[in-house]
Amino acid sequence: MIDLRDVHKSFGTNAVLRGVDLSIRKGSSMVIIGGSGTGKSVALKCILGLIQHDSGAIIVDGSEVGSGDRDAFLARFGMLFQGAALFDSLPVWQNVAFRLLRGRLKRPRAEAREIAVEKLRRVGLKPDVADRFPAELSGGMQKRVGLARAIAADPEIIFFDEPTTGLDPIMAGVINDLIREIVTEMGATAMTITHDMSSVRAIADEVAMLHDGVIKWTGPVTQMDTSDDPHLDQFIHGRADGPIEAVR
Amino acid sequence: MMATAPLAALGRATLAFLASIGRVALFALDALSHVVRPPFYGREFAIALLNIGWLSLPVVGLTALFTGGALALQIYAGGARFNAEAVVPQIVAIGMVRELGPVLVGLMIAARVTSSIAAEIATMKVTEQIDALVTLSTHPMKYLTAPRVLAAVLVVPALVGVGDVIGIFGGYIVATGSLGFNPAAYLKNTANFLEALDIVSSLAKGAVFGFIAALMGCYFGMTSGRGAQGVGRATKGSVEAAAVLILAANFLLTGIFFSI
Ligand SMILES: Nc1ncnc2c1ncn2[C@@H]1O[C@H](COP(=O)(O)OP(=O)(O)OP(=O)(O)O)[C@@H](O)[C@H]1O
Ligand SMILES: [Mg+2]
Repeated sequence: MIDLRDVHKSFGTNAVLRGVDLSIRKGSSMVIIGGSGTGKSVALKCILGLIQHDSGAIIVDGSEVGSGDRDAFLARFGMLFQGAALFDSLPVWQNVAFRLLRGRLKRPRAEAREIAVEKLRRVGLKPDVADRFPAELSGGMQKRVGLARAIAADPEIIFFDEPTTGLDPIMAGVINDLIREIVTEMGATAMTITHDMSSVRAIADEVAMLHDGVIKWTGPVTQMDTSDDPHLDQFIHGRADGPIEAVR
Repeated sequence: MMATAPLAALGRATLAFLASIGRVALFALDALSHVVRPPFYGREFAIALLNIGWLSLPVVGLTALFTGGALALQIYAGGARFNAEAVVPQIVAIGMVRELGPVLVGLMIAARVTSSIAAEIATMKVTEQIDALVTLSTHPMKYLTAPRVLAAVLVVPALVGVGDVIGIFGGYIVATGSLGFNPAAYLKNTANFLEALDIVSSLAKGAVFGFIAALMGCYFGMTSGRGAQGVGRATKGSVEAAAVLILAANFLLTGIFFSI
């Protein structure tokens, strides 16, 4: 469903992506792992067209990203940003229901609010959070509101940039289950970035490891532990020495 | 090689300047195209009207009041040198309506509104809120820029009108309170002296200055660099650009309205 072919992206002299090849099947859950600053977030943003890639091809459902109707393209996506990126001028429920309050998915305000409260419940937030403003929430709560917003319009393709970072272990478990549920029950295609290995095992069908601007290893999560890729091995066991340098 | 280095630097600076003018012009066209195309975000527009118009009233009123008062004092003192003290009402009216009203309101809007628009949008950019808007199928130009620009174009002329009236009133208070002018005669002289063109030019300047102020805030916000530093630079740059462009536009408009 999503194919990246030899994708390159540099910021000035900083070559971040140097030929990424990756494909994600429809209805599967892909998890991207890799060191901090290797360009995982940049890769997601390239797929969404938020950042223009320099060369290579990004193909979603057979057509190149950036060609065709951009509104229709984006309407299929949901995205949780690493920093939540909530609109701080709007109360929580209007953040969650943003898509449902305007544009082609617009519906009555009361109904939109109901959906928002239901999505908040699914990410473990009580209804009274709905009328607060993002600035009044803790970091982990903001993250979960961002997650609720990403899934509010039941998108077909969902990107989660570090969904469990900053959450307590129980809440992380709730979110992992939620992501799994969205993929298996609603048939969505998910792409998740995470540093948390227990999350990887809970969410992933497939795993891809990004390092040095390329995908070093990709395969089913079941083969992750038996692979003999030294980069992957070092990463999943969190060892300081190995082929990945600690200072990057 | 060495001798041409300063020339090359000058050339580069000129090119960079021209390029930035081009970018601003393209941004302005883009903003206008979003103003006239649906969808129209009514709530954003209403908030912009409130912020740019209503909440600017105190600062605009006070600025105009003090300036009108000072103007009356100066004209009286200056006029006394050739026995022309009596022209205070006429010159205050002309000075406020043609020049000081629009310019002062424009500059106050640049200080108050341009800076806040730039800081707000730049912060949204830095915290990925602009990216989030895009992923939620909402065009940032349409959602953020168009309502603010439209609101400013509509509401700044009204502010200028209010500023003109309060400025004249400031002159009136000073003139009748301490310079010994007859209140009724002062008002009559003011009303008889002002022409339709004075008022039209005043309001037209307001519309242009409002456009410049909102546009610069949005442009610098949208093109902000990363981090708190980026927000700071965007805010500073937006106010500088808005103030200079407002003064330049004022010169041009005065030329267009009154010298031909
Ligand atoms: N808009 C940008 N402008 C310039 N450089 C950028 C930009 N976005 C990202 N980068 C650079 O790209 C590199 C990769 O950033 P990215 O945010 O993708 O890392 P990441 O893999 O998501 O890391 P983390 O796990 O810490 O979130 C970094 O070196 C960063 O400085
Ligand atoms: Mg990241």
